[in-house]
Amino acid sequence: MDQSALLAVLLTIVTASTPLLLAALGELVTERAGVLNLGVEGMMVMGAVAGFAVALTTGSPYLGIVAAAAAGALLAVPFGFLTLNLVANQVATGLALTLLGLGLSGLIGERFVGQPGVRLAKLHIPGLSDIPFVGPLFFGQDILVYLSIVLAVLVSWVVFRTRAGLILRAVGDNHASAHALGYSVVRVRWMAVLFGGALAGLGGGYLSLAYTPQWIENMTAGRGWIALALVVFSSWLPSRLVIGAYLFGAVTILGFFVQGLGVGVPAQLLSSLPYIVTIAALVVISTRRGKARADTPACLGQPFVPDR
Amino acid sequence: MKKWSALTRRDAMASALAGSVALALSASLAGPAAAADKLKAAWVYVGPVGDFGYSYQHDQGRLAVEKALGDKVTTTFVENVPEGPDAERAIERLARDGNKLIFTTSFGFMDPTIKVAKKFPDVKFEHATGYKRADNVATFSARFYEGRYVIGQIAGKMTKTGTVGYIVSFPIPEVVSGINAFMLGAQSVNPNVKVKIIWVNSWYDPGKEADAAKVLIGQGADILTQHTDSTAALQVAQEKGILGFGQSSDMDKFAPKAQITAIVDDWSHYYIGRVKAALDGSWKAIDTWDGMKEDAVVLPPIKNVPDDVKAMAEKTAAAIKAGTLKPFGGKITKQDGSTVENLDDGAILSMNWYVKGIDDKLPQ
Repeated sequence: MDQSALLAVLLTIVTASTPLLLAALGELVTERAGVLNLGVEGMMVMGAVAGFAVALTTGSPYLGIVAAAAAGALLAVPFGFLTLNLVANQVATGLALTLLGLGLSGLIGERFVGQPGVRLAKLHIPGLSDIPFVGPLFFGQDILVYLSIVLAVLVSWVVFRTRAGLILRAVGDNHASAHALGYSVVRVRWMAVLFGGALAGLGGGYLSLAYTPQWIENMTAGRGWIALALVVFSSWLPSRLVIGAYLFGAVTILGFFVQGLGVGVPAQLLSSLPYIVTIAALVVISTRRGKARADTPACLGQPFVPDR
Repeated sequence: MKKWSALTRRDAMASALAGSVALALSASLAGPAAAADKLKAAWVYVGPVGDFGYSYQHDQGRLAVEKALGDKVTTTFVENVPEGPDAERAIERLARDGNKLIFTTSFGFMDPTIKVAKKFPDVKFEHATGYKRADNVATFSARFYEGRYVIGQIAGKMTKTGTVGYIVSFPIPEVVSGINAFMLGAQSVNPNVKVKIIWVNSWYDPGKEADAAKVLIGQGADILTQHTDSTAALQVAQEKGILGFGQSSDMDKFAPKAQITAIVDDWSHYYIGRVKAALDGSWKAIDTWDGMKEDAVVLPPIKNVPDDVKAMAEKTAAAIKAGTLKPFGGKITKQDGSTVENLDDGAILSMNWYVKGIDDKLPQ
């Protein structure tokens, strides 16, 4: 593999992994609070359309990023109200949220279809970005790539090293005790749900602003579901989530790369590889029984009624 | 006095009720009568009409029908219908709604269409790109491969690295014959040209199509083409400063500096003809396979290439239109070294092998 081919592969892996990492990171926090939101795909696609629309009308991709996060969080509001305040079933509400997001984004985006979008600029640090190979890879990405890594570190630190994280985990692991200690379970979960929505929106915005700067209906093409699987894969650990997202991106892109070489490996096998790797990793993780169970938020998916 | 007025009121109400019933009756009687002279036709799409590719082009055909025959036909469509059993419900719903002519526009709608057609013998069905027919099911497709021969020739002339990238969806005959025609076109002007193929196993995933495009460029491809439905690959080509082709629709406005030309599916002539046939009673369950000659496959004006390349491509296109050049005519060497000659339509429609020179193993 010559250097330019290798660089192209590595750069593509970064852009393929970033939307997954962003969306999965948000869902990780939501699930750490004990809420299972299956509406990631819907919130992502809303982020994609809002980011595109705002970037196109204002001409600023950065406002687009803000709008993408806001739209994701906004779509999470009905989910939060239904599941947290009205104690509706989280699985059913989440699935409905995905359908709502896909339909609504199509409606909103109708007049933006087929318009060339605004591309999020890549960072350029004079000197550093010009270093061959290393420069474009580490100092020439767009801002959301760095943001996704910074957020992963930040989430890891907050969840495991701060008081707020302790409360978040308490609410997710044993909401009755957290409630008895005087924490508002519903309020903590609301914040986690909104954070999850905002990050899913960012992940979607990455698609329409940096990955393929255009708006087309259903452009998330199932990435929200992959993000959900990655959260389980990571056993709710942000550090492992980064590895999982990049592994998934890498296996997908390497599958393309191998095909392009024409070595005659069946294409179907290569496209199923990312999923096979995910399943294999899940098997390995779940064999360490005690550890896996300790990581899973004990109250995941369970509704909470305060005065019972 | 009071009693009297109450009576009148009741009478008035009764007569009003009777009147409205009569009105409703006459409306329901008038409904079918009006529908009888206005044909109801429906379209089923696999993607969103806003994909600016395959489904978009079918919908352009539907709009052309409305424009040409709007006084005699009402049209509806259902978009984003998944291939497989789900499609059956959508098609049946349209048949129950009184549509008498239903176009199902994707390969995966084949079995659902046949199933529903059995239940509704008085409804006419038209299935695109499939091979199963019935007394009330016609099939139609376009000779996309003719266009692919022309763009293959352009690619063969224009590539400097000698490597062309080709992004594909699923190994069905339509796609495979497209790859082969492209390769034969490229080889006709550049015997040593290489075509790198990546299967993304999806008709529509802009992200994956873009990824595949970037990987192909990284591996030395300097011309891209694709048999997937989004504009992503062409946009990557523009961004990287190389050339490419549009698929299904004219994608010029997405990548004006990259698109040389496109293979545009123009269904309007076919749809207008078939709706007319349904109206005058001459409709039959036939198989139609139109190509460049019938303007079912159209290449928008060629640009971004030198004049001699443009002239060559236009000459080739004219020869295909005239019938003097057949992409699968003459002697063709397969990948395994065996040879075939002058392929007929049946052989093209069931193609499951590569021509010599393609560096890929066909997924079976």
